Amino acid sequence: MTVSASPEAPPVLRRTALRHLAGVDRLAMVGAVLLALIVLAALLAPLIAPYPDDGGSATHPLDALLPPSGAHWFGTDQVGRDVLSRVLYGARTSLLIAVAVLVISGVVGVVLGVVAGYAGGWVRDVIMRVTDVFLAFPALLLSLALAVVLQPSVTTVIVSIAVTWWPWYTRLTASVAASVSTRGFVDAARCLGVPAPVIAIRHVLPNSLTPVLVQLSLDGGGVILTAAALSYLGLGAHEPTSEWGLMVQQGQSLFTTDWWVVTFPGLAILVTAFAFNVLGEGLRARLAR
Amino acid sequence: MLRYLTRRLGQAVLVVAGVVVLTFVIMRLVPGDPAVAYAGPRASPAELAAARAQFGLDDSLPVQLWKYVRDLAGGNWGVSLHTRQPVRDDLFQAFPASLELVGAALIIAIVVGIPLGVGAARFKGKFPDLSIRVSSMLAVSIPVFWLALALQTVFASGLGWFPVAGEYDSALDKTSPLHVYTNITAVDALITGNWPILLSALAHLVLPALVIAAYPAGVIAQMTRASLIEESARDHARLERALGFGETSVLTRFALRPALNPVLSLIALVFAYSIVNGFLVEAVFNWPGLGRYAADSIRSLDTPSIAGVTLLVAVLYVVANLAVDLIQGVIDPRMRAR
Repeated sequence: MTVSASPEAPPVLRRTALRHLAGVDRLAMVGAVLLALIVLAALLAPLIAPYPDDGGSATHPLDALLPPSGAHWFGTDQVGRDVLSRVLYGARTSLLIAVAVLVISGVVGVVLGVVAGYAGGWVRDVIMRVTDVFLAFPALLLSLALAVVLQPSVTTVIVSIAVTWWPWYTRLTASVAASVSTRGFVDAARCLGVPAPVIAIRHVLPNSLTPVLVQLSLDGGGVILTAAALSYLGLGAHEPTSEWGLMVQQGQSLFTTDWWVVTFPGLAILVTAFAFNVLGEGLRARLAR
Repeated sequence: MLRYLTRRLGQAVLVVAGVVVLTFVIMRLVPGDPAVAYAGPRASPAELAAARAQFGLDDSLPVQLWKYVRDLAGGNWGVSLHTRQPVRDDLFQAFPASLELVGAALIIAIVVGIPLGVGAARFKGKFPDLSIRVSSMLAVSIPVFWLALALQTVFASGLGWFPVAGEYDSALDKTSPLHVYTNITAVDALITGNWPILLSALAHLVLPALVIAAYPAGVIAQMTRASLIEESARDHARLERALGFGETSVLTRFALRPALNPVLSLIALVFAYSIVNGFLVEAVFNWPGLGRYAADSIRSLDTPSIAGVTLLVAVLYVVANLAVDLIQGVIDPRMRAR
């Protein structure tokens, strides 16, 4: 990558610590900054939203479908709620879903992966065949089938995506853990009589984590898109929750006449998924180097 | 090769068996009584009992699973609760339409994605590379249902360049009726020389196919770029440069073919993904494929139909993966050792 600082700048300044952290990829830096802004917006939504009550069930029938203006930057929706406020609150729902799915599937995936990788043999075979079955369903398909049979809610979205998401981490961790398990320090621990569970937790696990962590950050975008799709189909969050996919669904018949109702929530999904994707891609490229 | 083939086939059969069991389990989680859904809320107890018997709901779960597997193998995929037709017939109707859409989308994605990936690799680190990387990232990050709505609003409802929804103009059925062979409208129209319907079908295909193509085009461009950069750092590329070949020749004449191997397996993976992604697009463009069928089934809690769609797509995915592995096993003997 080329570094485009001015030629006069001393070399030290060209590479700040932050930039080093994400590799030198400027695109990944853009992703990190965007993501930080989105997290801030989600955390501070009650403080920075111009109409905090509009994140919920407030209605202002007289202000329905106002175009974007100084008072309502993103306009108002069919019941007069401020679209900007709802988009800000929607960041909370989307990030909550993303974090919950990644934590649940990450923990389940890593535990099973370490067991499979360290134990090997038939244990590994059984776990791997089970992941094969889950991986045979494209993620959205299995989530869709699950979300249909459960009641539509944010929890349903989290559960049904997590069920389809963990096998990837199991596979990844198992292959890393298997190679870590053949290393000298594991043999040494075994010779010293350290019990197998302790070896797995204290020695194999910490040394197998990095690739999974990178993959998790890469997958945030995928979770956000899948969650938005489920909500768009009416299988996820419901009124009065602010959720981007749901906002698009409820406004879709208005797209030709009142474009702002659909455009801004959609852009929010796009920007958030983009931020996750470029950041994760940068991290992966850095790790591969 | 034979050992590789049998081992890989055995794995695939095992996975399909697991898929059947998992689908069965999910469908048993449904709240409410499928018999009530079928017989209607005002059914008499006798009608309800008849419906329960018809669906075998009185048996124990293992017996139900066994009967389910036996029926599937015998070609009986159950009866849809909302169309009242055998699920297999419904799928047989809907699947070709989805295939048409996703096939068109993948062709667009390959034709656009591979040259973009080559371009990015050729100008690595320069402006064309950056803009291609950014646009391919945007393409994989865009919510399809939103892109579908946006294109439909602008190019169909707004500018009127393309039809708003549907597979072809059904008014043409009167003036030039379509003979159905494959159930893929564009193909049927082409082989029977039905030009009015072919033109109409192609015009209806453009917008939804473009929307579905966004994701695969993005990942194909990214994969081509990464794979090509890796390939062009190998010794053979150094030799070719030393022999005086220009950078473009090194990439396109020598590095591209080996670099496309991982892209090939990627295409099989995004195929099944695109079918499911297409569900959302079909809903927007009212395309008579699996997605619209699935959406209707979801609305009426029609479990046999949902199970049918789920099974069909999952099996398709397994078969696509198997096909890629076998092809690569033939091309590249190292794959067989895995």
